Formats: sequence, structure tokens, C-alpha cells
Amino acid sequence: MSAPTLEIRNIVKRFGEFTAVDGVSLEVRSGEVVGLLGVNGAGKTTLMNMILGLITPTEGSIHAFGMDLAKDRMKILRRSNFCTTYAALPGNLKVKHNLIIFAKLYGVDNPKKKVADLLELLEITRLSDKPTGQLSAGESTRVNLAKALLNDPELLLLDEPTASLDPDIADKVRKLVRRVQKDRAPAILYTSHNMRDIEEVCDRVLFMHKGKILASGTADEITSHFKEDDLEDVFIKIARSGQLDGLLPAEKTDFPAL
Amino acid sequence: MNPRTILALLTRYVLLYTRNPVRSFELFFWPIVQLLMWGFVSTSLRNQGGTGAHGFVPSLIAATILWDALFRSQQGVAISFLEDVWTRNLLNIFAAPVRMSEYVAAACAVGILRVVITGIVLVVIAWLAYSFNLLQFQLPLIAWYVNLMLFGWVLGIISIALIVKWGHGAESLAWAIPFMIQPFSAVFFRVQDLPPWMQAVSWAMPPAHVFEGMRGVMAGQPLDWRHLGVAFGLNAVYFLFAGWLFSRTLASAREKGQLVKVSSS
Repeated sequence: MSAPTLEIRNIVKRFGEFTAVDGVSLEVRSGEVVGLLGVNGAGKTTLMNMILGLITPTEGSIHAFGMDLAKDRMKILRRSNFCTTYAALPGNLKVKHNLIIFAKLYGVDNPKKKVADLLELLEITRLSDKPTGQLSAGESTRVNLAKALLNDPELLLLDEPTASLDPDIADKVRKLVRRVQKDRAPAILYTSHNMRDIEEVCDRVLFMHKGKILASGTADEITSHFKEDDLEDVFIKIARSGQLDGLLPAEKTDFPAL
Repeated sequence: MNPRTILALLTRYVLLYTRNPVRSFELFFWPIVQLLMWGFVSTSLRNQGGTGAHGFVPSLIAATILWDALFRSQQGVAISFLEDVWTRNLLNIFAAPVRMSEYVAAACAVGILRVVITGIVLVVIAWLAYSFNLLQFQLPLIAWYVNLMLFGWVLGIISIALIVKWGHGAESLAWAIPFMIQPFSAVFFRVQDLPPWMQAVSWAMPPAHVFEGMRGVMAGQPLDWRHLGVAFGLNAVYFLFAGWLFSRTLASAREKGQLVKVSSS
């Protein structure tokens, strides 16, 4: 088995008395899409931000491509990229200008061609000369995805990429992620509240709650573990439990160890 | 530092300005209003016999133009950062392979562009409206400009650090900080006209040395190299302090999650 692209060991993040992420360990390998599922405040976005180096972990380590994030953040970021609903591109710049500038920041050779190719891949060439601020939510998401693919990342972090999208566009985004995974085989960490996203796109699911990983496995393994019909019911069960009691931590499940 | 990264960031700022007429308007409007107001007030005072001091009007006009250099330089750095906050683009930048030194260098380059562009406009207006040629000062003028731009960068970097530390509530500091130090900078009056305790603070400010030196030259005295040397020395100290403060604030913001809050809210 190949070495993991992303390897997180016993990561903890405390903000004063509050523990946002509590001893999480995970691995994501090349060509694998790992879904990070959990209610609001479960710690998913904090974990993503730690992987991007935007938040410093209190304890534990993050390695990508065999390098320590604490020491080689710039080298790791050059080979990674991300897409999140919490960020946007400057609205008064044209789509192509925003993307060309980010292509240059990521050190892409021939940025204009790369941007043109990606716009074509995402079927948004017509948006090239449009001011980014005039795009619809679905168009913005696809432009943000184009930004995330500019450097052909070996590690791709997608934080709720289908949030606020209609089912048609969300479906297109899911297909696109699958296509990227098939064609380029990056390691993808994917957070979502959309169970369909997780079921369709992810090879493996990590269920987070109150900063911990409760369970990991395929969508089917997790639903059967919690004795529910589908992931949505598992989600609701965990959200309404309000506590960890009765919900087995990952290391006590029968699922493959992380 | 990677020059390609700095150039890409600078290109983005230039596009942001050129594609936003309001931003371009703001770049010229306030400096021109300031120059016209101070220029005509001082001309009026002189014509009414309110001051007979030789060189009073040219001194005020030169001071107005040079103060604007400091202000534009500070704004270049601070507003560039705020542009990224307002457009929710900061997260994209901070999670890209961009070193903070490259980010700050690009913002400082924006400061240079703003100073050069508004400086040219103000010099032309001063010549047309008051027959005052600032360019006559040649080498000293360059030294004054460099010192004021350097201190503008220092104030800009401190402004960013405080916004990162205190969040959106501190945004107004981006405009307020230059005016907090203006009374101590002896822009429009001599340091000796200040109360003793303010004089002590004033001499610790690079701009006070620049403006004292400027007034000396405009009064027909030779350039005081001592003032220039002290201004450069103080700027070096303040620059190191601003760099240290920014680096500490950023590390603390990463620790507390404040960077993400500023970036994404």
C-alpha cells in the first residue's frame, strides 16, 4: 500500500477551555476520497483549517507528502489546494483575471492556457470575462473549484462544496469531483452536510462529533453500525443525542483502524 | 521571497483599483482637496498679513504634499489588506503558497504606486495653483519621500497587525493611525512649538525630522544631514518592530483561530 498523502496523528485543538478537535487521527491516500461528516461545531472546518496551516494545533502532528506541516508548510501548500464556501474571489475582477492571478501564486506554467482548459473542463468558458461578483451561487462554486484545481493538487480539501447549490448543480459538482479523482487521482478530503454528496462521492466516511471521530468506514458500514437505514438517519441520531454516551468511538468499532 | 508571487499580488491590486472607479476617485479626491484647502488658507493668511514669515505658504504646501506621501503609503498597505478582508479573499491568499513577507512586500509596492501617482498629481496642481515647484529640491526631496514612505509602511504593517488581533472592530484604525501620530510629526508647525513632553515624543518620530529638515531647506539653510540620518535610523528600528509585531500577531492569530475569523466573516 502506498504511503498516505495526508497523515494526521492525535491532533488536538483547544480554544481556551473549549476543545474543538480532540485526538483525531486520519489518513488519506492518493486516489481516495474521504468524507468528513458531522453536525455544525463537530470540528470539521477547524480540522480543515489546521491542515491548511490557518490554525495551529495544540497537540499532534500533520504530515503531507511525508513532510511535517509545521516545518514545510509552503512546500505542502504548493502541492495542495482547497475550495470552501467561507472564502470568495474578489467580485470586481473578471473570472479569468482572478484565476490567472491564483495560477501565478501557485507557480503554474502558462497560466492562461491552464485557466482556459479548466474553464472548459468545468463547462464555464462563457463566464471567463464576467465579473466574479455577478456570478450565481452555482457558477461561483464552479469557479472556486477551478481555482482549487489550478495546480493539479495532489491533496484537495473540499469544504462543503455543494452548500447552497440546487440539486442539479450539486449533482454536476459531485460528478466533477469523481471525474477529477478518476483522471488525476488526488487525495481528497471532503466535508459536507449533504448525505448524498458523501454517499456518491466518498470511498470512506469519517463521522465527527464534538471534536472526535466516532466511526469510520464506508457509508454502508456506518449505517449498519448505528442500526439506521441511511447516513441521514445516523446524522440525525448523533445530532440529537447531544452527547457521546452510547456512541462508540472509532477505535471500538469493527471498522478498519485508521 | 519570490518576485513572481509579489508581482502576481501587485497585479491583482492594480486590477482592483483600475476596475473600480470609486477606488480610483478616492485615490485623487482627498489629496487634491487637502492641497487646495491648505494652500488657499495659507495664501489668504499671508495676504491678510496674518503671517509675514518668509516661505510660510510654500512650507505648508510642501508639508501637505509630503504628509500625503506618508498617508498614501500607510493606506497602500492597510487598505490592500482590507480589500482582501472585504472580498473574503484572505483565506484563499493565506492558504496559498504565499509567504507573509511576499504579501507585505506586495502591499508596500501598492503603497509606492499610490504615493507616486498622487505625488505627481499634487506636484502639478501645486505648480498650477500656487506657482510652487516641489521638484526644485531634487535629492533632499527624494530622501524625504523615502523616509516618509518607509514610515508609512511601518504604520501600515502595524495597522494590519492590529486588525488581525482585534478583528473587524479595529478596521477604523486603518484610517486613524496616521492621524494619531500627526500632532507629533510636526507636519505644519515646528517641533519647538509643542509642549516639552510632546517634543520628546516628536523627536522619536521619523516624520518630525523630515519636516524639520524640510522647513530648514525651505528657509534657505543647507540640508541638515543629521536630521536625515536620525530619520533613517529611527525608520530602521520601527521597521524591525513592525515586522516583529506582525509576525507575533500572526502566530497568535493562528493559535487562537482569529485568522480564520478575520478571513471568513
